[in-house]
Amino acid sequence: MLSGLFSGFMVGTWLQASVMAVVAGTVGFFVVLRGSSFEAHAIPQGAFTGAAGAALIGASTLVGVGTFSLLGVVAIARWGRRGRHDVVTALCLVTLLGIGSLFLSLSTEYAEQTFSLLFGEPLAVSSSDLLPTALLGAGCITMVIVLFRPLMLSSIAPELAAVRGVSPARVELLFLLAVGVVTTMALPVVGALLVFSLMIGPPATARFVTDRPVWAMAVSGALGLITVWVSITASFWSNWPIGFFVGTFAVVWYVIGRGLARWRTRPSPVVPLGLAALGSR
Amino acid sequence: MSILHAIFQPGLFSNSSVQDAAIVGAVVALVCAPVGVFTVVRGQSFAGHAFADITATGGSAAFLLGVSPLLGFVVMALAGASATELLGTERQRGRDLATGVVLGAGLGLSALLLYLTTTTQSTTGAAVTVLFGSIFAVSTSTLPLVIGFGVSALFLVGLVYRPLLLSSINPDLASAQGLGHRAVGLIYMVSLALSVALSALTIGAILSTALLIGPAATALRLAKSPGRAIACAALIGVAATWAGIVLAYDSYNWPPAQQGWPVSFFVVSLVLAAYLLAQLTGRRARQGQAQ
Repeated sequence: MLSGLFSGFMVGTWLQASVMAVVAGTVGFFVVLRGSSFEAHAIPQGAFTGAAGAALIGASTLVGVGTFSLLGVVAIARWGRRGRHDVVTALCLVTLLGIGSLFLSLSTEYAEQTFSLLFGEPLAVSSSDLLPTALLGAGCITMVIVLFRPLMLSSIAPELAAVRGVSPARVELLFLLAVGVVTTMALPVVGALLVFSLMIGPPATARFVTDRPVWAMAVSGALGLITVWVSITASFWSNWPIGFFVGTFAVVWYVIGRGLARWRTRPSPVVPLGLAALGSR
Repeated sequence: MSILHAIFQPGLFSNSSVQDAAIVGAVVALVCAPVGVFTVVRGQSFAGHAFADITATGGSAAFLLGVSPLLGFVVMALAGASATELLGTERQRGRDLATGVVLGAGLGLSALLLYLTTTTQSTTGAAVTVLFGSIFAVSTSTLPLVIGFGVSALFLVGLVYRPLLLSSINPDLASAQGLGHRAVGLIYMVSLALSVALSALTIGAILSTALLIGPAATALRLAKSPGRAIACAALIGVAATWAGIVLAYDSYNWPPAQQGWPVSFFVVSLVLAAYLLAQLTGRRARQGQAQ
């Protein structure tokens, strides 16, 4: 039943999905730490429009999604500085999606193709996307490493970060860019609506496994890898959309995380994650 | 005269699906105005958007079972609201994470339901209909339901209007006065769920946030008092939906495909245009004061 799972045409899928899962888990650590679930949800959902637009004019999905992720990131970061951040995020999201609905109605694509852009299609990975994905992933990880300290500081103690000369607006923009990169890599595989589950499920557990941010990021990446591998296998076997499995996994990780948190708060109060790490430096 | 004729094309007012759409659109905009204003003031846009997305699960289930999509939207929005409330933590960050997890589960489930719909039935457009809406397809028999849910939501908001206003503007004071803080929050959640369900029927599950947040955010920039903001939001909402319906009707012979542009696109664009305009005039007014 699973005989085709590791055949030649699936190699690209496995490679791309693995890179994407690790990067999503790592960036997701900061999504959970900063409380940016809405942005992490809005950027991929808005980027769906890019995929629909690319299908309309016959361009590469990766380019379309990348362009619209960038558009969403810049709009949310620039516009969010004035006005309420959550309102601006919501408005950017629906505006992009509204254009997406226009693209959908103008294109002559089959409903199945739209469905896989929304809910994921592991087989949609083409081998020509492999190199750009690897480069994007490497760039994103490098950015997280370089920005680690300012990101950490501005997430936990924004006032202290401002005193030390870390511009919150710039950190926010760079952080959202990382979310945009994850979107670009992950959208074709797990679908526009479920990318954010990869960024909040694994870290929800990881932050309760260890207090040290670097370890938490590693655990989060590993859990992301498990999520994606099992989801691809299950989707391949059952023929059900991969998004269903990714969304369910997020619930599993969250419940485990809540359980761990309760278990750990019993003996002694938990030191807020990250503060302990900063204190030890 | 000819311009008027070009905008309001022949047959617009006598078309029964246009008439139904106009009624549904007006009801939805009127309900979304007060609920949306409270949502923006309380900083609950993410919750509003999440419930809206989750309604897609109900819409998909309704397609699978062959019942009215509105019932699916309402049931699932209420379920999402209760799930978030149950998981709910006091702190904003924890609440956002819980909301996100519930949202992911709902979207995953709707993926499965839509997949099952396409495999067991010969309909293929279910995903687009549920997610991006099709107000012209609302059947006349759904109208009483729409009005019923709309009136219930307005009644609930009216019931707790003053305590809700207090708890939205000053949560600490409201909980100190012991006004049944939790009960007020719960009633607000139910009316939020009802209004996103209605909005999902109009412009689609994942776009319905536009009608909830857009007019309210615009009105809050223009009006000074909550009551005026609600009236202003209702006006903007009704204008955007009606204009969207008229434009969509006009677009039937527009290029490139000659098959009509979606209502949702027009409504969302008009809502955004109103917001940008309000922002612009607001900035100009402030500059004028400074000089």
